[in-house]
Amino acid sequence: MSNAPRNRPQLPVRGGDRKPARVRPYSLTGGRTRFGHVLLVETFVAALEAPEERKELTNGSLSTKVMPELRAIVELCRRMRTVAEIAALLKMPLGVVRVLLSDLADQGKIRVYGTGTGHGTGRPDRALLERVLSGLRRL
Amino acid sequence: MDSVVFEDTDEDLRSWQTDRTWAPIATKIVVAGGFGVGKTTLVTAVSEITPLQTEALMTEASEETDDLTATPGKSTTTVAMDFGRITLDDDLVLYLFGTPGQQRFWFMWDDLVRGAIGAVVMADTRRLKDCFPALDYFESCGLPYVVAVNHFDGSERFEPEDVREALTIPAHIPVMIMDARRRISVIETLLSLVGHALDVTPE
Repeated sequence: MSNAPRNRPQLPVRGGDRKPARVRPYSLTGGRTRFGHVLLVETFVAALEAPEERKELTNGSLSTKVMPELRAIVELCRRMRTVAEIAALLKMPLGVVRVLLSDLADQGKIRVYGTGTGHGTGRPDRALLERVLSGLRRL
Repeated sequence: MDSVVFEDTDEDLRSWQTDRTWAPIATKIVVAGGFGVGKTTLVTAVSEITPLQTEALMTEASEETDDLTATPGKSTTTVAMDFGRITLDDDLVLYLFGTPGQQRFWFMWDDLVRGAIGAVVMADTRRLKDCFPALDYFESCGLPYVVAVNHFDGSERFEPEDVREALTIPAHIPVMIMDARRRISVIETLLSLVGHALDVTPE
């Protein structure tokens, strides 16, 4: 196939003008809250309080008053939400949302759920991959 | 910021969304590739929600600085990322994240690929080079990936083996010629990725 004469356009070859491959010296520091919650983009969070009980969110003194952004997050978290979803709905950068979610989690206002995929490297295990496969086949 | 407004685009609510006492398993697939290659199209074709867009504010290395071990010049930029969702089971939700493929956004990927099943690297044969950085990156971090050649109407149709050869990727990595607009085609691509991830995951 590669020897066949071609009249059609050639595809550029990767690595033709390549500098040596390198792995970026990047250390993972983000995504973890003070108390060890991991906040990946797909991590689920939900409010701990019932939606009606919002007294402490609204009645606090000035110094303890919850910021509007925090209140908006708690409101959204009446449903199960992902970190990315909250950032998207509130139109706030992911990094900022992570910080605010960490604070809310540390204050016991929201609960951070594990993604159910992470041990060690955090790569999904075979059982999960099998489940995803059969789920996709059912679509 | 006195009031924070948000629109909730959920059309039909799933049972796992309303029960806060437990969370489903969340898993994700990264969709990477150059600008305009069809990442958002692919995500839209299979997502059960209108894809949402989130932005990450980041510091980027200056254009000239390719070697990040040196202290690069820095500037701040915003990068948009689209994502969609597929509920696969009552307790299993798959997210698809479409992410910019340029080399200078690598630091964004580091965070994104953590815990991911793998990546779909989208390629357009008219601009094949655009997917090189994504391939380099996923190879370097060992994330399973497949190549999805999004076939555009009127563009030259190449065989998977031609593309494989040009991309210098090993024989065991699937190369799909697909159409990102078609749901079935996208599902086939996702199936091939998850199957491939399974193949390379130890017992």
